[in-house]
Amino acid sequence: MNREDFPILKSNPNLIYFDNGATTLKPKCMIDRTKEYYELYSANAHRGDYGISLKVDMAFEGVRESTAKFINAEKNEIIFTSGSTESLNLIAFGYFKNRLNSNDEILISYAEHASNVLPWFRIQSEIGCKVNFIPLDNSEHITLENVKKSITENTKVISLAHITNVIGDIRPIKEIVEYAHSKNILVVVDGAQSVPHIKTDVKDLDIDFLAFSAHKMMGPTGVGVLYGKYNLLKGMVPLMYGGGMNERFDSPECVELKDVPTRFEAGTPNIAGVIGFGAVLDYINSIGIDNIYKHEVELKDYMIEKLKEISHVNIISNSDSGIVTFNVEGIFPQDVAVYLDKYNICVRAGNHCAKILKNETKVNNTVRASLYMYNTKEEIDKFVDLLRDKDKIIREMI
Amino acid sequence: MNSLTKREIILDNYSNPFNKVAEEVPGYIKENSRNESCIDNIDLYIDIKDNIIKDIKFSGEACAISTASTSIMIKNLIGKSIEEALNYMTEFDNMLEEKEYNSDIVGEAKVFDETYKQINRRTCVILPYKGIKRALKEYLTKNN
Repeated sequence: MNREDFPILKSNPNLIYFDNGATTLKPKCMIDRTKEYYELYSANAHRGDYGISLKVDMAFEGVRESTAKFINAEKNEIIFTSGSTESLNLIAFGYFKNRLNSNDEILISYAEHASNVLPWFRIQSEIGCKVNFIPLDNSEHITLENVKKSITENTKVISLAHITNVIGDIRPIKEIVEYAHSKNILVVVDGAQSVPHIKTDVKDLDIDFLAFSAHKMMGPTGVGVLYGKYNLLKGMVPLMYGGGMNERFDSPECVELKDVPTRFEAGTPNIAGVIGFGAVLDYINSIGIDNIYKHEVELKDYMIEKLKEISHVNIISNSDSGIVTFNVEGIFPQDVAVYLDKYNICVRAGNHCAKILKNETKVNNTVRASLYMYNTKEEIDKFVDLLRDKDKIIREMI
Repeated sequence: MNSLTKREIILDNYSNPFNKVAEEVPGYIKENSRNESCIDNIDLYIDIKDNIIKDIKFSGEACAISTASTSIMIKNLIGKSIEEALNYMTEFDNMLEEKEYNSDIVGEAKVFDETYKQINRRTCVILPYKGIKRALKEYLTKNN
């Protein structure tokens, strides 16, 4: 759908982009909105003494408002970061590190992305608390039952992706949060693979913290969001200090910070990026996130159905999202990706930054096709046809 | 050598890699080699006696190009003295960098003489060489 909105698909009409889990293509409205800032009012933010700076402030804060609406949060609960990774690090080191002690436990899973594993590993090595793993079921999914079993009286935080980037399953976050809260456990949600694809209502889900990236939802690179409940953000400590985040300072004893969320945005923010992100939020709203999701699942089901016809293709995951992971029997995933690239098809080969998932799946590396709104059934037909003849893959992969 | 022959040799070395093993080889020097930009990851096992490379085996997961390059490199290095091995690798590097090189010394590894046309595959070709260079350097530091 809406392929005409993407300049890259006009300049590369043969491009088949199936690596949307890594990043997404950019619509013209986003590029235009960013360009407008650079061409028409490229002043700094928070310097409202002259016209174009005031315009920057209004645009920048306007996007904060749109972001809040997009996930049903309050405006002062939205912090702009450089991406999900920074958001998760700020949550881990700015909030939890100061509250956990050596007896406490953090619950994650083997299917998490590196950015939802390594900050917690680091906290474990710094303060001696323990990172534990919720077991995955036979389909590599997280069930509420397994979450309940993994919780102990020392569990203080559960940090999970809403949708994982390799398996693609949608976790029962609402139920997990409800149970966790009954045990006084906070829940962090990595929304990098979910916010771009499914309606995320932080109030309905009642999640405590959420992280996501603009570039995975057709926005610019270098922009991310950290959502936190206001009272929790009040207790979070900034990791970056400098201009824009302080009210006044005089001596080390006398430093007064600005309020939440501004105190977490030291230095000149990614103004152009945030403004461009605003255009993408408008764009997604105009199409409807539910329509995007419906389209993706329809494509994914179509892809799975077609791939099942090929005996040498082993489907590793068939989930509720637009992510399909598979292997071609006897062929290294990277060779499959190199072969498909010869036909302008972009897929990802590897472990997809979920390097401890192999502990559970016993499969080291896979090929991943991740779909988005602009993908089509015709693209899937071409892709599947190229995988039908194994000898052809072997002949052409080098 | 025409490109069809090259392809056949590469595929043959990929399908039937020389001295590829499933498990660690006891008593050999072990050296891991992997690429940051992709998922190639191999372990080389090297047996050196009196400055002569008696044997090399390898294990791990890597793409067709890396696997074939490792297989061919091992065949070319077994039986060589360390000095001859280093000389072989210099000639091989010269070939990759499109400089003049001795094609007799490079031997079967000539199949990679057009790697410069596919810059993203260069890291695949040199994967085993990175490992063996490190291992030989360490051996020389320890033993000389």
